Amino acid sequence: MTDPAPALEMRGITKRYPGVLANDGIDLDLRHGEIHALLGENGAGKSTLMNILYGLAVPDSGDILLDGEPVTIKGPADAIARGISMVHQHFMLVPVLTVAENILLGEETMANAVFLDRAEAHRRIVELGRRFGFEIDPEAKVGSLSVGWQQRVEILKALYREARILVLDEPTAVLTPQETTEIFDVLRRLARDGHSIIFISHKLYEVLAIADRITVIRRGRVVGTRLPSQTDEDDLAELMVGREVNLVVDRGESHPAQPELRIEGLSITDDRGRIVVKNLDLEVRAGEILGIAGVAGNGQDELVAAITGLRRPAEGRVLLSDRDITGWGPRELTDAGVGSVPGDRQRYGLVLSFSIEDNLVLTSYYRPPFASGLVRNDEAIEQWAEESIRAYDIRTPAADVMAGTLSGGNQQKVIVAREFSGQPRLLVLDQPTRGLDVGSIEFIHRQAIAKRDAGAAILLVSAELDEVMELSDRIAVMYRGEIVAIRDGRSADREEIGLLMATGGREPLEAVTTTMSVVE
Amino acid sequence: MDALNQALAGIPVIGIVWQAVGYLVAAATNPTISGQVLFFATPLILGAMCGIMNERSGVVNIGIEGMMLMAAFFGFLGAGIAAQIMPSDPGPIFGITIPLLIGVLVAILIGMAVSVLHAWLAITIRANQIISGTIINIFAGGLTGYLHALIITPNPGLGGAIFASWQPPADLLNVPVLGWAVNILFAHGPIAITSLIVVVILQILLFRSRWGLRTRAVGEHPKAAETVGINVIRVRYRNVILGGIFAGLAGAFLTLESQGHFQLQLTAGRGFIALAAVIVGRWTPVGAFAAAILFAATDALRIAIGIAPPTGELGTVFQIIPAQFYQALPYIVTIIVLAGVVGRSTPPAADGQPYERESAT
Amino acid sequence: MSSAAPVPTGPPTTTRWRGGLGAFLATAKVPLGAVVLAFAFGSVLIWLSSLVTNHQLDLTLPLKAYGAMLEGAGITLDPAAAVNGLVNTLVQSGPLVLGGLAVGVGFKAGLFNIGAQGQFLMGAVAGAGTGAAVASWPGPIAILAALVAGALAGGAWGFIPGILKARTGAHEVVTTIMLNTIAATFIGYLVSGPLLAPGFSFDRTGDIGNAALPILFGTRNLHLGVFVAFAAVPLIWWLLWRSTLGFEIRTVGANPDAARYAGMRPGLITVFTMSLCGLLAGLAGAIEIIGITHFVNASYGTSVGFDSITVALLGQAHPVGIMLAALLFGGMRAGSGLMQIRTQIPVEIVDILQAVVLLFIAADVIVRRVFRIRRAGPKVDEIETVSRSYGAGTTL
Repeated sequence: MTDPAPALEMRGITKRYPGVLANDGIDLDLRHGEIHALLGENGAGKSTLMNILYGLAVPDSGDILLDGEPVTIKGPADAIARGISMVHQHFMLVPVLTVAENILLGEETMANAVFLDRAEAHRRIVELGRRFGFEIDPEAKVGSLSVGWQQRVEILKALYREARILVLDEPTAVLTPQETTEIFDVLRRLARDGHSIIFISHKLYEVLAIADRITVIRRGRVVGTRLPSQTDEDDLAELMVGREVNLVVDRGESHPAQPELRIEGLSITDDRGRIVVKNLDLEVRAGEILGIAGVAGNGQDELVAAITGLRRPAEGRVLLSDRDITGWGPRELTDAGVGSVPGDRQRYGLVLSFSIEDNLVLTSYYRPPFASGLVRNDEAIEQWAEESIRAYDIRTPAADVMAGTLSGGNQQKVIVAREFSGQPRLLVLDQPTRGLDVGSIEFIHRQAIAKRDAGAAILLVSAELDEVMELSDRIAVMYRGEIVAIRDGRSADREEIGLLMATGGREPLEAVTTTMSVVE
Repeated sequence: MDALNQALAGIPVIGIVWQAVGYLVAAATNPTISGQVLFFATPLILGAMCGIMNERSGVVNIGIEGMMLMAAFFGFLGAGIAAQIMPSDPGPIFGITIPLLIGVLVAILIGMAVSVLHAWLAITIRANQIISGTIINIFAGGLTGYLHALIITPNPGLGGAIFASWQPPADLLNVPVLGWAVNILFAHGPIAITSLIVVVILQILLFRSRWGLRTRAVGEHPKAAETVGINVIRVRYRNVILGGIFAGLAGAFLTLESQGHFQLQLTAGRGFIALAAVIVGRWTPVGAFAAAILFAATDALRIAIGIAPPTGELGTVFQIIPAQFYQALPYIVTIIVLAGVVGRSTPPAADGQPYERESAT
Repeated sequence: MSSAAPVPTGPPTTTRWRGGLGAFLATAKVPLGAVVLAFAFGSVLIWLSSLVTNHQLDLTLPLKAYGAMLEGAGITLDPAAAVNGLVNTLVQSGPLVLGGLAVGVGFKAGLFNIGAQGQFLMGAVAGAGTGAAVASWPGPIAILAALVAGALAGGAWGFIPGILKARTGAHEVVTTIMLNTIAATFIGYLVSGPLLAPGFSFDRTGDIGNAALPILFGTRNLHLGVFVAFAAVPLIWWLLWRSTLGFEIRTVGANPDAARYAGMRPGLITVFTMSLCGLLAGLAGAIEIIGITHFVNASYGTSVGFDSITVALLGQAHPVGIMLAALLFGGMRAGSGLMQIRTQIPVEIVDILQAVVLLFIAADVIVRRVFRIRRAGPKVDEIETVSRSYGAGTTL
C-alpha cells in the first residue's frame, strides 16, 4: 500500500525579485497531520515561499501540488478556497472590529443577500474555540485583546474557513514562554485532528520542541531537512547561517563603577490614564549593560520614553550622575550626555528622505561646529559624516544619498554612529537589532560592548530574550510596570527569566487560565 | 410661568443669556425657521455622505466642494437645455418636470465622473490625496467659470425651474409634534427628503451588512482585508464612485431645488463644512447628520434674526453685532466645533494612505 | 507627484547641490511637461469653444490665442510692446511669488496652507486701512507702516490655524478654508464700517496718499513691491537650507516623530511656519493695494490665493521653482487680456489651464509616458502633507 500523497508539495520553486534571488529551486513537502518547521534567518526566503503558497506572489518556475494534484493559486481568495490559510507574523486583524467581524471578514456568514448573520457566526466561533481548548467572546474588540489572544483569533480565522493547511509565520515572536506552550498545545491538537501545519520560525529551541520535521532554508535554497531527534541547536544554527556560529558573543568582564542612571519611584500613566509603570526603582552603573527582559506591553516603551524625554512621568525621579533630569526634554538630555537608539528606527530615529549627513547631525545640528547661531556649517557636517561612515562601516556610495536607500542594518548603523559618538554617559538601546541581518547584529553588539568598556552605562530593552541574555551584565525583569527581579547576567537561568516575564513571579502556574484575558 | 420668565430675563448679565435661550427656542419651534435648517443642511448632509463613503474606505476626499460645484453647474445646464427642447409643465408631485429629472441625472453622472477622476488619482496613481482633492476644486472652479462666461452669460434666460415642495393635508399639519416634523420634511423638495433617507440607509448598511464590514475593514487595515481575499482596489473604486452620487445630488439641490440659477462659486465652502461634519460626526452617517444640522442651524439663525430680530436687552446686544457676523457664523462655528472635537475623533486608520497591492492577480 | 513610500526604489539619489537645487532640477522635467500638455489641452478646449459659440472650427485659433498671450506678456519683437508686456508680467507675478512662497513654505513643513487667500485679503485690508491712516506721513515711513500692518494681519491670520493645528490637531485644510470666507465677510464689515471713507459713491477705504508705492523707471505700473516680492526668494531659500530653523521646518515636514525625538518642537514650528506663511501672503496683499489698486472696496476679491497654490505645486515647493512658476502664470494673466481682445476667448481659460497643469502634475505618469521621462530615482524634496488625514493621529 502506497503512502497517501502529501497534503502539500512545492517543487522547484524559483522566484526572483530585482536584485535578489529570493527562492532558488526550493522543494518542500508537507504530510497530513504533520507539523513541519521552516527555519531560516531574516531574508532567507521563507516569507517569499509562503507568499507564493498563499497566492500573494507568482513563482517564476516550479509547481505546487495539493494532495498530489497540481494547482495554480491565483490569490488569497483562491488559496483560502483550496483550504490554505495563513496566520501572519504581523497580525492581519482590524483593531476596531470585533472578534466576530474579523473572523467573518471575507467569509461572511449571511442572513440574506445583504445582512450578516451575527447569531449564527457567534455560535460557530464559540464552538470552534471550545473544540481547541479555549473560551472566546466574539463581541470583544480585537484591539483590546492581549497579544496571545489575538493570536488565537488569527488561528480561529483559519479554522472558520475550514483550512486543512495552516501556515504560521513566526507565531511566537510576541508571546511569553507560557503563552508559547499554550499555543503549541493548540497546534498539537490541530495536527491530531488532521490539519497540516507549516511553522516558520528562526527560534531554534522552539522548532526543536514542536516540529515533526525541520527544513532549513538559507539564501533561497533548502540546505537540509532533519528530524528533531537527529539534530540540535548548534547543528541547526550552522545550517541556517552556513558557518560555525558563535551563538554567544564574548562580552568579557564588565567593570561597573558608580551608578550613572538612577530611577526612583517612577510612575507613568499612558495616554488613557492607566498606570503602566508603577513605583519603579532601577539603577544602571557606568561600565555595565543592564538588560530589561519582558514581554512587550509591560511598560517598557513608556519607561524608555520617560528616560529619553518623550514622556513626562507622573511621579518619581530620574537621575543622571546625581543630577535630577526628571521631565527633561530630548534636547537637554542629549546635551547632558544621553544617547538613545529608538525602537522604531524608521519612524523616530531617521528622516528617510534626508541625506545621511543630515541624519548624522539630527540631534546635534544646532551646536557648534555644525552651526553657529542660526547658520549651518556645511563643511563641518560633511567632514564629520565622512569620519562616521568610515568608523562605523556604513555601506553607501556617498554621504549625501538619502537615508531611505540604505539597508536596515546600515540605517541602524547611522543611528548608532550618531548616538554612540561623543562619549555619552548613558545609552538607551530599544530593540537595537530588530529585523537586522546577522552581520549587522554582531557589529552592533560589539559596538555596545566597546562602549560599555569605555565607561558608558547602557540600558538595553529588547523583546528578544536571547539578545538580553547575551549582552547583559545584569538582567532586570519587567512585569506590569514593575521590576520584579534582577539577576546576574552570566548565571541567569533562561527558564526562570521566562517564567518571571510571564507571571511576575507572583502567581502560580495554574492561575494562568485559558479564558479570555483582556488587557484592562 | 410668564412671570418667572420675565423675572429671569430681568437679571443683569445672566438675563441676557436667558433671553438668548428663549429666543433660540422660539426660533427652533417656528416651522418656517426650523424648516430652513433642513434646507441649509441638505447639501451638507449629502456632501457628508459622499465624504463618509470615501473616507470609510480609506480615501481622503477634499474635493467634495469641486464635485458639488461641477454637478450644480452641469445639472443646471442640463435642465436648462432640456427645458428648451421639451415640454416642462410641472407635475403634481414636487413639481416634477422632465427637464428637472434630466438635470438631476446629469448632476449625478457628473458627480460620479469627477469621482472616477479622484479615485483614479488617489487609488491607481497613488497621488497625495489632499493635493488631488484640491486640484479637483481648482479645476471645478476654473471650468465652471469658463463655461459660465462662455455659455450662460450670453444666455440669461436659461434655466429657472426648480422642484416645488409638497403641501401635506392641513389636518396632518395640525397634529402637535408630528405635524411640525411633517411640515419640515415636505416643505422642501425630493432631494431634501432623499438625503434623510440616505442617512438612515447608510447607517444601517455600514454596520450591519457585508458591504459595510468590508468597507470598514478596507478603510482601517487594507492589508488584512487583502489577505482574506478582498479586492481592496475594487472596493475603494466602487465606494468613491458611489459617493459621487451624493455629491451630485448635493449639487443638483443647489441649482434645481433651492434656487433656480447658477452663480460663480455657488458652493461657498459647503463642501468643506460637509467634511467638517464628517469629522465631528466621527465618520458615522448619523453623527455627520447631527453635525450638519448644527452647522445649518447657525445659518438659519441669520434668517431668524432677519425675520424677527430679538427685542429688549437682547435686541440691543444684537444691534451691535454687524450683519456680516451672521454671514460668517457658520464658518466660525465650524472652526470652533472642529477644534474642540477633532482631538477625540479618530479617522479610519488607513485613511489617506495609498494602498499598494501585493497579490498576484 | 505620486507619493512614494518612504523607502524608495531605484538608484540612490544624491542630495548634492545644497539647497535642494539638484533635486529640483532633476524633477523639473515633469512640471515642464505638464505645462506643455496643459497648453495642448487648452488648444482642444479653444477649438471646442469656437465650435460652440461661433459654430465654426478655426484650426489656427489656438495659435492666434497663444500668440496674443505671449505678446501681451512681453515676448514680441516690438521693443515698446515688449517692455510693456514684461512689466505687466512682472507686476502680475509679484503677488504670485509671495503667495507661492506662502504656500510652498507651508508644504516644506508638511502643512497645506489653502488659507493664503484669506491671509492675502487680511493683509490687503490692513494695508489699505493703515495706508489711509498714515497718508500724510513721510513716504518711506508710511509705506513701511502699511507693509508691516499687512504682514502682521496676514501673520495673525496664519497664526490661528497654526495654533489650532498644534494644540487641537484641527486640520489646516478645513480651518483655513473657513478663515478664507470669514476674511471676506470681515472685509465687508470693515470697509462698510470702521474703515469707510467718506465722499465716494461706493463703500471703500480712504486715499493712501504717501503710502503708495513709488512707480519705477517711468513705467506705468512697475511698483517697488515687485522687487520686494522677488527679493523674498533668496531670503526664503536661505532660511530653508542654510539656517537651523529651516532644517527644523523641513524635518517637521518630513517626519514629525523624528523631529520630536531629535529635540525639536513640532508644535512650535507649526505655529511659526503658518504664521510666516500668513505673513508672506499678507505682505503680498498689502503690496497689491499700496502698489496697484490703492484702495479696497467692500466686495474686494482676488484669485491670487488659489493661484498661489498652483504656483507652489508647479514649483515643487522650491523657491526658485515658485519664482519660475509665478512668472509663467503672471505672464499668462498679463497676456490674457490681449488674447481676449484679439480672439474673443474668455480670460477664464487661464484658470482652466492652471487646473489642467495641476492635474498633469498629480497624474505625472501621463507626462512621463508622453515625454518618456524616466523616474530620476527617489525624489528628495517630495511634497508631502504631514497628516494625511484629520485629527487624532498627528503627533504634534
